[in-house]
Amino acid sequence: MDLLNALVALTNFVMIPAIAYGSQLALGALGVTLIYSILRFSNFAHGDTMAFGTMMTILVTWLFQSWGIGFGVLPTALLALPFGILATMALVLVTDRTVYRFYREQKAKPVVFVMVSLGVMFMMNGLVRFIIGPGDQRFSDGERFLIKARAFKKMTGLNEGLAIKTTQGITVVTAIVVVALLFWFLNKTRTGKSMRAYSDNEDLALLSGINPERVVMYTWLIVAALATIAGVLYGLDKSFKPFTYFQLLLPIFASAIVGGLGSPQGAIAGGFIIAFSEVTITYAWKKVLNYSLPESLAPDGLVQLLSTDYKFAVSFAILIVVLLFKPTGLFKGKAV
Amino acid sequence: MSEPFLIGDCMTGGYGKGPDILHDCTIAVNPGEIAVIVGPNGAGKSTAMKATFGMLNVRSGSVRLDGEDITTLSPQDRVIKGMGFVPQTSNIFTSMTVEENLEMGAFIRTDDISDTMEQVYTLFPILRDKRNQPAGELSGGQRQQVAVGRALMTKPKVLMLDEPTAGVSPIVMDELFDRIIEVSRTGLPILMVEQNAKQALEIADKGYVLVQGRNAYTGTGQELLADPEVRKSFLGG
Repeated sequence: MDLLNALVALTNFVMIPAIAYGSQLALGALGVTLIYSILRFSNFAHGDTMAFGTMMTILVTWLFQSWGIGFGVLPTALLALPFGILATMALVLVTDRTVYRFYREQKAKPVVFVMVSLGVMFMMNGLVRFIIGPGDQRFSDGERFLIKARAFKKMTGLNEGLAIKTTQGITVVTAIVVVALLFWFLNKTRTGKSMRAYSDNEDLALLSGINPERVVMYTWLIVAALATIAGVLYGLDKSFKPFTYFQLLLPIFASAIVGGLGSPQGAIAGGFIIAFSEVTITYAWKKVLNYSLPESLAPDGLVQLLSTDYKFAVSFAILIVVLLFKPTGLFKGKAV
Repeated sequence: MSEPFLIGDCMTGGYGKGPDILHDCTIAVNPGEIAVIVGPNGAGKSTAMKATFGMLNVRSGSVRLDGEDITTLSPQDRVIKGMGFVPQTSNIFTSMTVEENLEMGAFIRTDDISDTMEQVYTLFPILRDKRNQPAGELSGGQRQQVAVGRALMTKPKVLMLDEPTAGVSPIVMDELFDRIIEVSRTGLPILMVEQNAKQALEIADKGYVLVQGRNAYTGTGQELLADPEVRKSFLGG
């Protein structure tokens, strides 16, 4: 038995990846939940909005790299990120003016909006593939690791290594900063409060002189920023592929719904719940169990509950369980 | 007789393209007055008030505020003109704190709102104690105070209340009426729809009894209370 090595293995293979993935999902789910609470529909185009923002960031990153501009040990993409956000803001505002506003004026039902967002999703999907192609893009540069496995082993004398990628560190730090900024904005500024008021009681917000078109515009701007940041962090951590971003829609929606649609706190909690479930269920526990159990009980197999190919089944299962037993989610969001 | 401060003059109309609900209905209120609209269920009490606030189609007749014709303005524009409206239901932001509710009430104002907020807290001291509590967690009577306070934050020139005492206990109702009288003493004209006709007419300077969208009886509160016809039909003898 060797609990210390078990703990290091657990941290290395489960905790750190799940925290990074959870942060990315949380940022994505925040965008979905904001749209749901202000514009009152489930935005199926969110995954592809993330893809568009990431693509723009990658293009600017390449431009910077060709100019020889770097960001030292940090990825150049962080310098390019603000430009990616601006481009995405422009895209979603144009989409809103040309597509969604029309249906708002018709006072269309939420389900119509969902279908419209599906159409927008296919448009964005095509746009991204048209510009950058359907292939895999790696755009991470700078220092790869904060802590290297070998250095950790040497330092501690343990058998198990602990590696933390720079991108994982950046993901967590950025997520904390972004979430803190978002909550400050929603709770302390006049515009943020007017967004909450509009989400809470649309008619009364109108009676109070809150301009709905303004609220909608600010929402799209914030959502564009959140989507681009989430997309770029995910792309830095793994890689960028348009199809993967489309697939991210499922865990992101699962996160938002588990936490309670319309609740920002819920989106964050949901992101981590989904990420931890996905990683723990698809992780092969053999190594950790070998360290933590007496030799006689050591498992023969991999002790992997589900192959990683089926990781989306985990979000799906959680989603169904939540919808069956607690449709408002953990943080009492709006019923779906 | 001079023109009243707010008057819905001979209003005929209904919701959207639907049938007419109001027929030649007139209601008016002056500064320092409380005008109360009473009547049986379905008489169009709330509808009459909503008509003065621009929430339905007034096909003939007009609405004038301080001599200005506002018949065609949207409710939002009327708020900017100085009309404060407290709906009967969903009249507060439940997920926001009491103070945030008041701040949102003052959204159209760009000047310093702290004085007005102080006035609201003086008028409703319980709200000061609960200022950081979500409004949705308050009791029915306290919610109504938040709702009235929110409307007062715009510094309205006329205040309209749609059944402010609906669903609160008799004691709370008396307290709410006391507060409404206090607001009216500041000179603010108050137009109110009430289910509790007797109590409402007791505090009313002017009363309108509506039946089927028409003015049935009009007079001071005391006159209506004393009128045997009104007593027999609406006040239970």
